[in-house]
Amino acid sequence: MRAWALFCFALLWFQPGIALGDWATVHAHAELGWGGDLQGGEPYVYESPTQPGVIVGFEVDIAEALSRELGVRAKFHQNDWSNLIPSLERGDFDIILNGLEDTKARRTRLHLSRPYFVYGETLAVRPGSALHTLDDLSGHRIGTLNQTVAQELLLAHHADAVLYEGQQEPYLDLLHGRTDGVLLDHVIADRYGCALPELHCLAQDLARGTYVIGIRPSDGELWTKVDGALARLIDSGELRAILERWKLWEPRQDELSARGKAVPVPPAVPVAVVKQRLTASQIGLFIQGALLTILISVCAFGLALPLGMTLAVVRSHAGPVARFFATAYVELFRGTPVLLQLYVLYYGLSSFIRLGPIVAAILGLGMNYAAYEAEVHRGALAALPRGQAEAAGSLGLSRLQVLWHVLLPQSVRIALPALTNDFVALLKDSSLVSVITVVELTKRMTIVAVETRDWVVPGLLCASLYFAMSFPLSRLSLWLERRYQSS
Amino acid sequence: MIRIAGLRKAFAGTPVLDGVDASVEEGKIVALLGASGSGKSTLLRCLNGLETFDSGTLEVAGFKLAPGVHDARLLQAVRGKVGMVFQEFHLFSHLSVLDNVTLAPRIVRGTPRGEAEARARELLAQVGLAERADAMPRQLSGGQKQRVAIARALAQGVRVLLLDEPTSALDPELREEVREVLRRVARGAHDNAGSGLTILLVTHEHALARELADEIWTLEAGKIARKTQRDR
Repeated sequence: MRAWALFCFALLWFQPGIALGDWATVHAHAELGWGGDLQGGEPYVYESPTQPGVIVGFEVDIAEALSRELGVRAKFHQNDWSNLIPSLERGDFDIILNGLEDTKARRTRLHLSRPYFVYGETLAVRPGSALHTLDDLSGHRIGTLNQTVAQELLLAHHADAVLYEGQQEPYLDLLHGRTDGVLLDHVIADRYGCALPELHCLAQDLARGTYVIGIRPSDGELWTKVDGALARLIDSGELRAILERWKLWEPRQDELSARGKAVPVPPAVPVAVVKQRLTASQIGLFIQGALLTILISVCAFGLALPLGMTLAVVRSHAGPVARFFATAYVELFRGTPVLLQLYVLYYGLSSFIRLGPIVAAILGLGMNYAAYEAEVHRGALAALPRGQAEAAGSLGLSRLQVLWHVLLPQSVRIALPALTNDFVALLKDSSLVSVITVVELTKRMTIVAVETRDWVVPGLLCASLYFAMSFPLSRLSLWLERRYQSS
Repeated sequence: MIRIAGLRKAFAGTPVLDGVDASVEEGKIVALLGASGSGKSTLLRCLNGLETFDSGTLEVAGFKLAPGVHDARLLQAVRGKVGMVFQEFHLFSHLSVLDNVTLAPRIVRGTPRGEAEARARELLAQVGLAERADAMPRQLSGGQKQRVAIARALAQGVRVLLLDEPTSALDPELREEVREVLRRVARGAHDNAGSGLTILLVTHEHALARELADEIWTLEAGKIARKTQRDR
């Protein structure tokens, strides 16, 4: 046991691929670690559909060209896009090269290279929509990616921003009427939205910006080297060739040289990461997230309990056909990840049934947990002495009456501690519904953590809110267990 | 009240009842004696429909039961007239004493709660537990539990009462209180002979059988080996 613990500890300690940063290290290892997210998809960086395991994309070509210029190898590091900056600051890789937009906030946080791409914010809507300008978006549900300039624009114009992690999902939701529009970079819009015949993209950009390379404030020399290499790629026309190869060269890119100056972190900003304090409104949003977590968990469990009990009764008392279907339900929902079930329910079935995100979250979690509750109830029913059903039957109660008046009231008492335990688990599993755009407690924490550049305070706040919700339930579970064991 | 002819029942090919023929007049008390495994309890369970049988005929409280699976509605009707008391009491642990006794009258017969409770309190007084109506089963001794089970079996106004070793699971010092209740129930049956309660009592207590029964059947290897009439 102790050897095992030591092994785990060692594994944690010696995480592979942690870059130590700065030019000296990059040079010594002859390797430039660059961070990006494969989920960003074509044309940025993605797995080749024809050669599994090989990553391709215009940013892969840029990374390789840059590394060649610097005389080192390029090494890709997969990282959740919305957490690229915290991961860079942690030292997981040397640079960010993945659709990182040049913003005021990022300029105070990172060294930024000169731009390598000019993008336009494109608004996609359904035909006949009256939304044409940023001001029109006020009060409307507009989809975008988390931590993007588009998100900031939506917030500044009082739109209700619906946040996604993948590129295709915002357009699917727009198609199905769950949102009123999608605001994203033209590269994404052109590939995932504007090509759909049911959608319409506005011809003019609502805003324009640039993609830049991000480097830690402490890595001044690396920043100079990388920016210099990028300048040479632009001057030699190699960058243009890459963009042309990916069919990305169009009139917007003419602005590249005009916009093109690298931006160092202002000297007044200390090299260490500057953390911001949580504001009252952020704390308010946390409470809102916690309330949503409670709402989803309570409703989902409210569905799981009766459904699970019905499945258990069918499995233990019904005929073979019904029993087969109940067993199949339990095995299917227990045997596949709840995350997959949420995706299928929300995106997969959206052509047939259009569920709102909260309803889909409640249904998805409820149906999944019903399979587990069914097994808890089935075990509890089996634990009852056989004589109880016999005695009730001998009094003339029908099978249904025996179940309802004698067996279930007793089995529920037996199941209660396990049910309470499962509710605590559900409370925490509810964080998974963020994949279908619900901003519950955990999602709120990740958003605030990136905004404040601090994971400790939001993390502790998030943990204490979960604890405040689950601890009383754990005590209740113990109390119920003691109470019913004694009887 | 009870007519049994050529009753046979086997478990996994092993005969347990091997041609039982017998009948009991209304208001009579019959005690069934016999070694363990002689088929006493199985015979009792067949009379209440808790067990199906393979061949023969069975008539109880005016209902005819045929071999094989019984119709659910017929079973419900039979059980409204034929009460059963088990060796292990089987009280419903989530219900109070009063609710244990009123459950079947209320649910099966639709008796209004007030009426069912009044009748239940009378029965509880008869078994000496008037004061424990609100107690939960876990608060009772074994003897008290069995007395509640007897009251529960009688609550629907049954015509036949089947008692399956009602004192066997009890410590010797608790048996007497159950015997006393059985004496009282038996006296009630005898006082109303011709229209009263018919009782079948499975027991190992020969003295109790001799004291209460009008007739004693001794089962051996699935058959009634002896029937002894008792003069009262």
